[in-house]
Amino acid sequence: MPTTLTAFADVTTSDSALRRFLHGLPGVDAVGLEARAASLGTRSIKTTAKAYAIDLAISMIDLTTLEGADTPGKVRALSAKAVNPDPTDRTTPMTAAVCVYPDMVATAKAALNGADVKIASVATAFPAGRAALPVKLADTRDAVAAGADEIDMVIDRGAFLAGRYLETYELIRTIKEACVREDGSAARLKVIFETGELSTYDNIRRASWIGMLAGADFIKTSTGKVGVNATPANTLLMLEAVRDFRAQTGIQIGVKPAGGIRTTKDAIKFLVLVNETVGEDWLSNHWFRFGASSLLNDLLMQRQKLSTGRYSGPDYVTVD
Amino acid sequence: MSESSATRLNVFKTYKLYVGGKFPRSESGRVYEVSDSKGKWLANAPLSSRKDARDAVVAARKAFGGWSGATAYNRGQILYRIAEMLEGRREQFVREVGEAEGLSKSKAGAVVDAAIDRWVWYAGWTDKIGQIVGGANPVAGPFFNLSTPEPTGVVTVIAPQDSSFLGLVSVIAPVIATGNTVVVIASEKSPLPALSLGEVLATSDLPGGVVNILSGKAGEMGPHLASHQDVNAIDLAGADPVLAKELEIAAADNLKRVLRPQPVDDWSADPGMSRMTAFLETKTVWHPTGSLGAGGSSY
Repeated sequence: MPTTLTAFADVTTSDSALRRFLHGLPGVDAVGLEARAASLGTRSIKTTAKAYAIDLAISMIDLTTLEGADTPGKVRALSAKAVNPDPTDRTTPMTAAVCVYPDMVATAKAALNGADVKIASVATAFPAGRAALPVKLADTRDAVAAGADEIDMVIDRGAFLAGRYLETYELIRTIKEACVREDGSAARLKVIFETGELSTYDNIRRASWIGMLAGADFIKTSTGKVGVNATPANTLLMLEAVRDFRAQTGIQIGVKPAGGIRTTKDAIKFLVLVNETVGEDWLSNHWFRFGASSLLNDLLMQRQKLSTGRYSGPDYVTVD
Repeated sequence: MSESSATRLNVFKTYKLYVGGKFPRSESGRVYEVSDSKGKWLANAPLSSRKDARDAVVAARKAFGGWSGATAYNRGQILYRIAEMLEGRREQFVREVGEAEGLSKSKAGAVVDAAIDRWVWYAGWTDKIGQIVGGANPVAGPFFNLSTPEPTGVVTVIAPQDSSFLGLVSVIAPVIATGNTVVVIASEKSPLPALSLGEVLATSDLPGGVVNILSGKAGEMGPHLASHQDVNAIDLAGADPVLAKELEIAAADNLKRVLRPQPVDDWSADPGMSRMTAFLETKTVWHPTGSLGAGGSSY
């Protein structure tokens, strides 16, 4: 455990201590949270600010394909798009990463060919997380060994909802250790809470704290596989958590909303949330990401509109 | 008049746009005053912005797959249904057209009847146009060679300025009869019959987004629609010569089909087929006849 976390050293000593700590966190004012998120979504971002926001959003995308039907060809196409999102405009920034299943990491690595795009891999029996610990560890080690720069793990929502907080904490710790490579460096760990399955905002706050205490590099809203994914409100709540965590420990943790963000307008709303909640320190792809696939096309069409003055259409971006 | 009806407050109708099967106000929140032929105020109509036009194109694009893929027979039924629905609201349209164009009740009635008949006319054409402009081509080889008309895609229409209802129907019906979807900018001076037509279309089994009706200034929205990369064609029927030229230049950038304004003295005359064929593409397929087998087999 890092020395800066000594303030919280005693809260993870036992299940009851962790429960006492998590249940001692202030309750979330649900109405206030949603109103705050909604009011920040009304900002009008135009012209040069919009152009900046679009490029920033593109550079923050974890371009994702997580389908049972993923083929090596699709992963190669996705990787090519990540490196060169708009072939008609070479000034378009690269995306932050491609996000694939562990068995596709090697394919993505070959396709990216050393380009400055990270490879994120989901692991730990994504998306359900219903597997035994050795399976989850093997899943993670496979992905890291294949060359993943980042691991997106899911927590065991069953254990969390049953109140076994320490088990959830230990799982993240264990996976974090499995992210360490042979040379001593480590893949960055993103912890997915699947906020749509946690039922309450209080639970999202508690899960965020478990993730941060356990050493997550990123906390991530959802898998994109359930009905409710990233919303402005739950992302705002997680941003407040990382803000409070840094204020108390000095450790900065990233946030990644994923799923359901499809339009430029939505993406810009999230960027406003980031800027207004945690500030410019988080406005880079090292600390904030979008888990998305179709969002990139909308950003590219808006970018084309800004650069040419003409509304663009789906014929002018790739079909993924 | 009884006392209670004398004190009853007027219930004015809020005219709204028809976009994607819904009735939104203008995104801009703007309206403009619409008056009758003598200058008396009739209602406020939405003054659409370029963003309304953009949203309408998105709706039209979304509707295109389903509408162009529907059987011609089904499209014909729906167009006929529009005529049926209009017939039931004839009185309303006679009044609105009369006010908008300064026509007597009988003349306005004749205009509305002609518009209803126009829907019936194009309803009949939906499953016949293919035989007229498509067909089997003779080729020097063992192939069937078949040409079929296909819809162009999303079509923007600047509706005629003077004929606010019959003219409008005469330009949008041929576009959708063949499977295109349409974004139409209604007559700026008299948009009310067009906006009311949206209510008829919404109750005629016409899928949302096939017809999108905007009111406002053609000069404001036109350039954005003409240069829009996701609009496949533009009908300049109601554009004045200066605007028509500007829009045709803007439309050239992405090789849009452009139908230039043509002088129409009498919208009730036989419309012919030219407005349908203007927004059709020809698809030709080659298919082996079956006498290709190396061993002389017919298959």
